[in-house]
Amino acid sequence: MRLVVASGKGGTGKTLVASNLAAVLASEREVVLVDCDVEEPNAHLFFPSEEKTLPVLTDVPAFDNSRCTHCGNCGDSCQFGAIVVLKDRVLFFPAMCHGCGGCELVCPEGAITMEKRSIGHVAFSTPRSGLVLITGVLHEREVMSPHVIREALAYASGHDLVICDAPPGTACPVVETLEGADACIFVTEPTPFGLHDLILAAGVAEVLGVPSGVVINRSMGDEGSIRNLCRARNLPILMTIPFDRGIAEAANSGQLVTDRMPGMKDQFLKLFTRASALPGVR
Amino acid sequence: MMVCVTAKGPGPKDPAEERFGRSPYFLFRDTEGGEWSAVANEFADAAGGVGPRAAQVLIDRGTRVLITGNVGGNALAVIQAAGIEVYLYRENGTAGDAYQKFTSGQLKKFA
Repeated sequence: MRLVVASGKGGTGKTLVASNLAAVLASEREVVLVDCDVEEPNAHLFFPSEEKTLPVLTDVPAFDNSRCTHCGNCGDSCQFGAIVVLKDRVLFFPAMCHGCGGCELVCPEGAITMEKRSIGHVAFSTPRSGLVLITGVLHEREVMSPHVIREALAYASGHDLVICDAPPGTACPVVETLEGADACIFVTEPTPFGLHDLILAAGVAEVLGVPSGVVINRSMGDEGSIRNLCRARNLPILMTIPFDRGIAEAANSGQLVTDRMPGMKDQFLKLFTRASALPGVR
Repeated sequence: MMVCVTAKGPGPKDPAEERFGRSPYFLFRDTEGGEWSAVANEFADAAGGVGPRAAQVLIDRGTRVLITGNVGGNALAVIQAAGIEVYLYRENGTAGDAYQKFTSGQLKKFA
């Protein structure tokens, strides 16, 4: 089973929910936690541990100047503005290249061959018994976060239980993380911003056909608008986390609330049971 | 010598545009004489990679001088490699005003 923890809005508590969920489940079975927020991965802060890393590579063109006639076909074919052909040379911007290989196909002189370039890495650690943490990291100045997410997820495939900490937003990186998942937990907060972005994110999961439920974080007991929305959208509320100083202190000092507050462990186990029982989950 | 002015519209009486890559129009005029010509920038609303692609439009038309308000890093790399000189115009006048200021030597050269 692959379960994604997403939110739409940033800062609602995705990493808190994903990390605590993974930690409590790991005391019972083997769990892989994949941090798919590759632009700013931070689940590792809850799990300090020695890491091993592997590079994430992408294809980029290499130009053979002795063959190039500066015909401009490669520049015309590039949809990302990564190649500009001058009269006497070719300018290439690696960070704008999406590695499609179109330039190699259209070059009539065979002057282009594809080479490998590192755009990020994947880090592996085993911070506690039963838990493997896989962290996707996109390097600075790079744009192809879905590529790094895909690679991080590929290392987790085949495992029985995979929990993904999704990036915020609703664009390509979120779609990459959600596509093909068995279930999704949306973490929201009782603010107009949390609600607004939950509506957008829930729309993405609906289009992708991923069964979803909601966790209300920082609840002060007055989240009627969220409850109304969830009822209208058929999104079950799976858990409510109170606005509590103890929880905030644990999270802000990099500790898991399930380690510090005994009652929380059962609540997170229940969250998993409810998420697994969402209609449509295999 | 072919000069390009970034503009909000297709004629010299339209306001000059401060941005290069996302300028709605590129207006061309030869200092040796002749008429203005306009090219609509098909990358004005593109998601990314607009600078180098817009620069390619200038290169294809043999541009020697660009008059605009600002140029981003990637576009500047292409423009400099192509030997195009950049002059900055950041007033609220028309594209024609910007061109006049250039020909009378009142614009500052950039980089």
